[in-house]
This record gives sequence, C-alpha cells and structure tokens, in this order.
Amino acid sequence: MQIDLRTVAIKPLRNTFDHLVERFGDKPASRYQEGSYNIQQENIFHYRPAWDADNVLFDKKRTKIRMKDWYALKDPRQYYYGSYTIARARQQDAAESIFEMVEERGLAELIPAEQKQIALDILVPMRHVEWGGNMGNAYIAAYGYGTVITQACLYHSMDHLGVAQYLTRIGLVLDGPDALDKAKDDWMNGALWQPMRRHVENLLVLDDWFEIFVAQNLVLEGLSYPLFYDHLDSEFSAHGGTAISMMTRFMGEWTGETAKWVDAQIKVASAESTENMAQLSDWVKQYRSVTLDALTPLANRALGDKAASVLEDVLTEFNARCAKLGLAV
Amino acid sequence: MSTVFIAFQTNEDTRPIVESILADNPHASLEEQPAMVKINAEGQLVIKRESIEERIGRDFDLQELQVNLITISGHLDEDDDTFTLAWKN
Amino acid sequence: MDMKANKTKLGLKEKYAHMTRGLDWETTYQPKEKVFPQATFEGIKVHDWDKWEDPFRLTMDAYWKYQAEKERKLYAVLDAFAQNNGHLGITDARYLSAVKLFLTGISPLEYMAHRGFAAAGRNFPGVGPRVACLMQSIDEVRHAQTQIHAMSNYNKFYEGFHAGATNQIERVWYLSVPKSFFDDAFSAGPFEWMIAIGFSFEYVLTNLLFVPFMSGAAYNGDMATVTFGFSAQSDEARHMTLGLECIKFMLEQDPDNLPIVQKWIDKWAWRGIRVLSLVATMMDYMLPKRVMSWKEAWEIYFEQNGGALFNDLAKYGIKVPDCITQCTVDKEHLSHQLWLTLCTHGHAMGLHTWLPNAEEMGWLSAKYPNTFDKYYRPRFDKLREMADKGERFYTNTLPMLCQVCQIPMLFTEPDDPTKICYRESDYKGEKYHTCSDGCKHIFDDEPEKYIQSWLPVHQIYQGNCWPEGTDPTVEGFDPLAKYLEWCRIENGKDNGDYEGSGDQANFAAWRGVAIQNT
Repeated sequence: MQIDLRTVAIKPLRNTFDHLVERFGDKPASRYQEGSYNIQQENIFHYRPAWDADNVLFDKKRTKIRMKDWYALKDPRQYYYGSYTIARARQQDAAESIFEMVEERGLAELIPAEQKQIALDILVPMRHVEWGGNMGNAYIAAYGYGTVITQACLYHSMDHLGVAQYLTRIGLVLDGPDALDKAKDDWMNGALWQPMRRHVENLLVLDDWFEIFVAQNLVLEGLSYPLFYDHLDSEFSAHGGTAISMMTRFMGEWTGETAKWVDAQIKVASAESTENMAQLSDWVKQYRSVTLDALTPLANRALGDKAASVLEDVLTEFNARCAKLGLAV
Repeated sequence: MSTVFIAFQTNEDTRPIVESILADNPHASLEEQPAMVKINAEGQLVIKRESIEERIGRDFDLQELQVNLITISGHLDEDDDTFTLAWKN
Repeated sequence: MDMKANKTKLGLKEKYAHMTRGLDWETTYQPKEKVFPQATFEGIKVHDWDKWEDPFRLTMDAYWKYQAEKERKLYAVLDAFAQNNGHLGITDARYLSAVKLFLTGISPLEYMAHRGFAAAGRNFPGVGPRVACLMQSIDEVRHAQTQIHAMSNYNKFYEGFHAGATNQIERVWYLSVPKSFFDDAFSAGPFEWMIAIGFSFEYVLTNLLFVPFMSGAAYNGDMATVTFGFSAQSDEARHMTLGLECIKFMLEQDPDNLPIVQKWIDKWAWRGIRVLSLVATMMDYMLPKRVMSWKEAWEIYFEQNGGALFNDLAKYGIKVPDCITQCTVDKEHLSHQLWLTLCTHGHAMGLHTWLPNAEEMGWLSAKYPNTFDKYYRPRFDKLREMADKGERFYTNTLPMLCQVCQIPMLFTEPDDPTKICYRESDYKGEKYHTCSDGCKHIFDDEPEKYIQSWLPVHQIYQGNCWPEGTDPTVEGFDPLAKYLEWCRIENGKDNGDYEGSGDQANFAAWRGVAIQNT
C-alpha cells in the first residue's frame, strides 16, 4: 500500500540564490553550497588594515599561490558547520565511551610499562605539536581567501585542539598531571623533541597562508600521522598496549578523513598552473626534509630498530601521495 | 545591588531546570515570555547540578545548560557542581 | 584495584587549564614578537596573560556534542518549515522586508565576525582568549550559515532575497552602513576588535540587534528565523561572557589601558548605535505585528540593563559614553526620520517600503507621544495624499552621507528636530561631513582612516556604480536603472512600494490556496 501524504502545492519562483545558479545551474542548491560559496567580500573595502597596510582586508596577494577562482578549492566532505559538528559529535561519543571504559575498568594499569612509557614520551608531547597545528590553521582562517577554504581550515584548527585535548586526556589517564608536566619538560628541554619544536616554531612565523597549509596540513600531518597513528599504533596493539590504541582511535579515523580534504585542495591548486605546481612542489620538498629530521629521533624512540624501515615506508607512501596530486617531489 | 538573570527556551527539557533554580534561590522571580522563561534575581543566582539531577533522574553535566540557554546577565563562575551568576559591584 | 593518589578526579577548572593553557609554551627558537606580531602595536599593555579567566570551560569534545545537538534540533525545524510551506504562517509579506534586510545586511557580517575572531584567535599571546575567540569564530560560521539556511526558503517564494548574503553587501548604498562598521573593526588591531565587537556589539548592544529581529520573527509567525534565533542565543551567551571578560582583563592589567579602552567604548558605542537605527526603523515600521517600540527597547535594554554593566565597570574608571545622552533624545526620533528617507528612496532599495496605515500611525502616536504627531504624522499624511493621487513620491536626488557611519544626513540636531544636523571637519584641504557630534569626534580622532570611506553616493556620482561597459551618454540613459542592475536589485520586483508588489499578490494568492477549497 502506498501512503501519499499531501501538502498544499505552491510553485516556487526560483530554485536558489543567483550566485549558485551562476555556478551550478538553475536547480536547488545543497546546504553546503548555500553556506559556502561567495559570502566573503571580494572587491570593495572601506579601510586599509592597520595590521597590513599594503593589502586590503581580504587580499589574494597574501599567498604566492594564484587561483582564477578560489572557490575551486571546495571541500569534498562538504562540511558546513552543521554537518561538521554532527560528524564530530558522533566521533566524540565513541571516543568518550572508550575513555570511560579505560578509566572505569582501570585498563591503563594493564598496559605493559614499556608501551606506557613510549606513549608518555611520544604521544603526550605531541599535544604541543597539535597546538601548533591549531595556530597555523587559525592563521589561514583569518588571512586566507574564500569561504570554502577559510571555513575548512577553521574546522581543522578546532580539530587540532580536539586532538591535543585527547592527547592530554591520555596523559592524565596514564599518569595523572605529572605526565603532562613531564611531557612539557621533554618538549621544552628534551633532546628528542628540539628538532620538532624548532620546526613547529618556524611554522608559526610564516606569512604565506598557503605555505602553512602545505607545511602543516600536507607534510607534517602527512608524515607524522601514519608514523604514530598507523605504524606505532600497530606496535602498541601487538605488545599489550591495546588500551592506548583505543584511546587514539579518533586520531586514526580523523587523519584518513582530513587527508581527503587536504588532497583535494592540493590537487586543484596544482592543476591550476605550472607556477602553482612548482611552488607547491618546492614547499613540499623543503618541508619534507626538515619534518623527517624532526620525526627521526621520535621514531627511533618509539620503534627502536624498526624505525628506519618504517620511516622509509612512510616516506614512500607520502611521495606516492604527492605524485598522485600532480606534484613533482 | 544589581539584577542578574538567566533565560531559557521554554520546553520540556528546561522545566525541571527552572524548577531547580527557583527552589535553590528563594529571592529569584520567574518571568514568562513567549517561548522564553527568564529568572531574575538581585545580586546572585546559583544553579546546582545536584538539584537538577534530583528532578530529572539522570546524571546532568552543567554544560548541558548551553543547549537551551538564551541569555545571561552578570559575571559567570562555573565548576563541576554549580553555575553562579553575580555582579561584583 | 590499587588507585594512585594522583588519580583523584580533577575539578573542572584544573582540568580545563590542562586542556588549554597547558598546551602552550614560551617559544625560544622564534622570538615572541614574531610569533605574535600584533600583540603590542595598539598600546594595550598586558603583563600576565594567565590572569585571564575562562568563564565557559568548554573542551572541544563538549563543544561538538552540544552544538551538534542544537544543530539537529534546528535543522529539523527548518526542514519542517520548508516541507509545510511555513512561510504562509507570517502575518503578512511586508514582514519580509525585515528578513531581507537581515539576510543582505547582517548575514554577510556574521562571516566578517568569523574572520575577525579567527584573527584574534591567532594574535593574542594568551591561550585563554585565543581558545575563546576561536570558538566564537566557528560560532559565527554557524550563524552565517544557519541564517542563510533559515532564510533560503523565503528566497524560493519571495523577491529581494535572490542575491543572498553575497552580492549586495559591497554595493548597495544602505548596506554600507553595517558593512563599514565591520570593515572598521576588522581593519583595526585585535584589542580594538574585541572592544568593538566582543564587548560593544556582542555584549552592550546585542539585545538591541538580536532580540528585536528574533522577537519580530516570533510575533510575525516566522518560525524559521525565530528558531534560528533561539538556537543561536546560547552561542551569544558565550560571546557575551568573552566580551565582558576581555574588557575586565584589559582594565585590570594596567591602568594605562583605561584611556584607550574608554576611547574605544565611546567610539564603538556610537558607531553601533548608528547601525542600530536600521533596527529602530525595522521595529517601528517593518513589522506588521510590532513587538515594542524602539524607544521602549532602548529604555529596557540600554538605559536599564546597561546601567548595571556600567556600574560594574565604574570601579575601573570607565564612564558611560558621552554620546549616550544624545540617545535619550534620539530614541524618540530616529526610527521615523530614517523610515521617511527609506520609503522616499524606495525605488532604490532591494526591499519593499510602504506608508504606515491609520492603525499603525495610531500605534506610533501612542508609543511616541512627544514626537510622532508633532513632527512625523503630517509628513506621512502628505505622502499618503500624494500616493492616493497616483503620485507616490520618490526622490530623484541622492542624499549626502555621513563620512563615518555612512547613513544619509537625515538625523536632526538634538535640540531641534526640524534642523538637519551637519558637522564639518577640514582635513588636508578637503571638507568632510558627519551627521553628529559622535561621528565628527570619531572622524577627528582618526581622519586618515575615515577619509578612505568608499561612500556609495560619491561613487554613484562618479559613475563607478554601473555594470561594466555602461555608456552614460546614450539617449534616454537611466542612471537609477543601471545602478540597480549593478547592485543586482531587480527593478520592478525587489524595489518600490509593497502595495501592488509581486510579494503582496503572491502571498495573498498562496494563502488563499492554503485555506480555500476552490
């Protein structure tokens, strides 16, 4: 039997807003499209910024990358605020369940001392690297061009804060506030972490927002996440540290999702022009080597004699990824 | 002293919250407006997690107040158990 | 199970500190001044960022959880509204002029707020304010998008929405009022941004922007907008606490900050109040079912509520801005003066205007016993008389605009409502005009900034506001038509009087379909 609910049929005058008709044709637009296209002002501004007198409020010149249409950098996940928060809420619900289980059943006590120490030495201080990711993406959200990329980078910035907070929580679960103090001390003074800290601080003073995007979102995340949340994660599980693996589940899933978005931006920007392709490739090469230098002591500590071959695998996969995006690295 | 206030959307979720606040703050008064309920008080308003939990029969995180909150007036101090609004004149 | 002593449950404050402040560090490989290049140029002195108090201690996971819950509820209502032709529930389609004003003039500025708070969220050296600013930045994305989504359904059925929250904000003459307000704030440094938007706009004046629009929606049957409004309000509560914390922090850090902060409060209260004249006119003239008069709103939300706030700030030496005295007089005049200008320029607007009917003038009389019958009814009567003769009056000259607030010079002297208020400033051999002592003061304090204003009327007269390739020398050239085309205002559909409009006819026809059986 067919149920046919009737409402009063009134014919709409138009399907959507003019700028969406111009872009996509005369049909109803998605919520992502309605919320993400244009909106940022482009041409007429009343006052020069006190903080950047050579440019206007939203200025294409704040990066060396050039796009005919900055709205080509759309998000394949189609995240607008609603779909973004709802997706993350589901993930945080799962993460919350896991943390509750670990805490209530004392599962952290069951982790072998060696695994626990690796987590304390390597994962917990990474919360500071995440904080750098938050700051870099906040910069892009402030000074980037076009609603599609500024909104996505703000979500990415908040995600980094979220990951930093999960890492903090892991520290607290494993060894209370002392774990955080120790991790901070390692970060500031430990030999293992100085190359990484120097690198992260260098990223904090970059001017070009797309350069930050490449250095942070493609290179740093593209190398460190597979290293820690894939390879190291397997080691944790294989050696009785499953509880750690459980507590980092959010990060494992998140990196796969965000890589898709990062890839889409790079691929489109690179295909736009040979100049863009060359600039993006140069940045990748520059930041790849310094990132690897920063990750090597951490990999050694985390993976011992497996470190060299794991780093090689990670690098091979990263280079293959970049090649697929049209880069020459 | 000055008035502090808190306003919530009028719905089934906020009914027990409003009851708790009025019970814990005898000096407070209720103001009902279309779709909104406002609680005014001289000087200070204290919202207690425990009081709400008693009425709803489940655990309640005070941060959940955000879902139906409309506006507040006064300096806010928040911890695990209480949510306090006050002017420090 | 043996539990270590340090596994005692951390309190909310302590845990939050670990989750935020603990993430940051004093950089050593790069100097602090390079990491935070905007921290000092405005002259605000901060000695200890750790003194910042985080009022709402929201970690990201809690943020996602509670915001997602609000989004689910909101979009369920927006979907139902669309499915059930909820737009037919409004009092009448004149109400939509308020919604059109909101979508074209406010929603794009939510996006500006997103960018400005992202900048503040990067540029303050202190972690506490950075996290709070970033949360506000993402909240503002929420507001921009949920507004567009809520109003999207109206676009399908009514005129004046089709340009969305995009094409008109840069070009349309009356929208330069709100636009220049946000351009002004965003072009300033992060501390001034916080006083301008975080404090003055989101705290002091928010009830005079948000509540009137949302209450107007509630009273006029606009379920989509009112649901958006309620849903956004709890975000606003967080924004208000950020604004308040910011000003307290600045004032407590160093007494030298007081004169700077006072100057900004004075400037931004006045700029904000000028922008709010659009809200005043909306409340008194655009709502078929009125909520309260602007005068009443001002008295409740500023004179009474604002009193408690300024009493609190007095301990730091903050004074109520001088301009406020003028507002006590202005509150009885500005909505009428502005509406008279808008409806006599109705042919150049992207939304409908109209003359108030007898019942409405009765309401205005009652709400404005000191001013309406004496100064404004006669003018509306005259306009009505002309309209009844088929000579609905539209002016064909463009008004002079205030160099600062960019509103036409239509407001009157505080002590004489029959005399337009003109103020002048000479700067580098040019004469600049402002509408009030408040705006003149702002101009004189930062002339290099305000001489940059892209004044729509000046630009129109210079021929900069026509589509590319327009030839003004052709026979029968119609400058207004070309201006409307450039502004993406549909001439004959979006503009003009509500009486006889497509919106009026359609609304009546569709309502008829919904309630009749033929």
